[in-house]
Amino acid sequence: MAEGTHAIAIEEARSGALTGFARRLARNPLGLFGAVLVVLMVASAVFADLIVPYDPTQIMVGPRLAPPSLEFLMGTDQLGRDVFSRVITGGQVALLVSATALGTALSVGLLLGLVAGFGPPWLDNALLLLFDTIRSFPVIIFALAVVTLLGPSLASVIFVVAVTTVPIYARVVRTQTHALRNSEFITAERAMGAGVPRILGIHILPNVIGPLLILVSMDVPLVITLEAGLSFLGMGVRPPTPSWGTILNDGYGYINQSVWPVVSGGIPIVLTTLGFTFLGEALRDIFDPKLRKEL
Amino acid sequence: MWLYVLKRIVLAAAITVIAVTLLFVMIQAVPGDPAAVLLGPRATPELRAELHERMGLDQPLPMQVVMFFGGLLQGDLGFDVFTQRPVRSIVFEQLPYTIALILTAIAWSVLVAVPLGCYSAMRRNSVIDKVVGVMAVATIAIPSFVMAIYALLIFAVWLNWLPAIGAGSGFWGGVTHLILPAFVVGIGWVGYLSRIVRASMLEILGENHVRMARSFGLSEGRIVARYALPLAILPTVTILGVGMAHLLSAAVFVEVVFARPGIGTLIVQAVDSRNYPIVMGTVLATTVLFVVSTTIADFVNAALDPRIRGDL
Repeated sequence: MAEGTHAIAIEEARSGALTGFARRLARNPLGLFGAVLVVLMVASAVFADLIVPYDPTQIMVGPRLAPPSLEFLMGTDQLGRDVFSRVITGGQVALLVSATALGTALSVGLLLGLVAGFGPPWLDNALLLLFDTIRSFPVIIFALAVVTLLGPSLASVIFVVAVTTVPIYARVVRTQTHALRNSEFITAERAMGAGVPRILGIHILPNVIGPLLILVSMDVPLVITLEAGLSFLGMGVRPPTPSWGTILNDGYGYINQSVWPVVSGGIPIVLTTLGFTFLGEALRDIFDPKLRKEL
Repeated sequence: MWLYVLKRIVLAAAITVIAVTLLFVMIQAVPGDPAAVLLGPRATPELRAELHERMGLDQPLPMQVVMFFGGLLQGDLGFDVFTQRPVRSIVFEQLPYTIALILTAIAWSVLVAVPLGCYSAMRRNSVIDKVVGVMAVATIAIPSFVMAIYALLIFAVWLNWLPAIGAGSGFWGGVTHLILPAFVVGIGWVGYLSRIVRASMLEILGENHVRMARSFGLSEGRIVARYALPLAILPTVTILGVGMAHLLSAAVFVEVVFARPGIGTLIVQAVDSRNYPIVMGTVLATTVLFVVSTTIADFVNAALDPRIRGDL
């Protein structure tokens, strides 16, 4: 076994980090499966305009509640819209929300975490109390409260995700910054007269960003779930924009007449969340086996 | 220990107060007048002024916050916009349904997950262990409302084994109506808890007292059940406290899908109709529930592990 890992290490050093990573991923069948699902999902969202056979919001392109056929791959919904086109476009919405929300949360969390970890203790404590307060709302309840206030929209969903994930990221960054701030290389930097921005940006940032990125990638399925969930409750994306949640909700209303909209609305959610989760776990095991996400 | 308990209680109270204040200020800060929403477009200025006075909206914001907390301490959460019934009694009417759902879900998932976790730890890296591992990740990842709809589709619509909608009447009706929702809320926890039990069991099976028991020739099953399990089960207690938020979130969707009464259905309806007092009351109730359960989990943790007490 030890010889084996040694051989892998040499192999990796020879062929570069990226191919080494690909090779390790290939040894992890679940991770590979996840990667394939994620690539498929992202590709279908990026090339959605080329793939969709019909306008996803156009009603009566076919009969109502038709079962899947060659003409309508996933059947049609109660308004005669093509479910396949809606599912593909819904993937675009899900990806857009995840990218925007997690990108925002990542930047804000990183900044607040660095400030809390490197700033004076009173600021640290104040920020921690704020983080704990935000975390004390169950996410879905907080989301519903925000929707009551701001109204249902894509922006509300993005806002909720950003606000509820920032404390988690900020805490991770804070803990690591805290651990690093007294280490010798930082003291050495200080002795050489480096300012706070330089220490944070050049010396601490590279050390905290890796674990943070893995955490963020593992949160993608949570965001997709939340977006679809809120849309399912009629509190996310506004009709007629398709979302996996609204497709599911439409199908749920007609579950006694046709099961196809429910089946085809749910499967992409299941496949995408599974894909991102398996890939995220594989990434974590490859890059940072010590990192175990707290609940 | 007592100092820790005291500190932790103060922290929990502070968090609750800040959370409620934030929420209250947010609600007040929203453009649009709650009184106007209530009275509809044909309200006269006099009517609006009268209602403002009755709801305390003519006071400055800090005063309103103080008044709100004053009411809260007396158990007054305000009145439902539409029926004029006290919010408190509406919330307390619905709370038992949600708590019953969550407790049933916890109970069955613990009963299944603990033996599963033990088995996985004893037969480590066996086929069953690996299958359980993959299933655990999968059931945690799949959103509860998708699971709920598929469960409804399979067991209620196709197989017609179980009732789909409502909470049922009488004891037996209540039980049969609870099976599917509790199954859906608990299924993710089976995976999660079984992994936790497996991990802590593996750790404990490597300890000295277990090696001692082995050297005495005790059977592996007896060692696991008698000497390792009581220790290995401890982390699940604290996980459950923290997991209250997840359970509540799952309960919201499951209640909506199965059209069960409960806090989830209540809040969704209130949000739909912009019924602020009810939204406020349910958010408050769930936040308190969550803060209390995490605090209790921390106490249990601190009682078991003295190192944690110094951390606060």
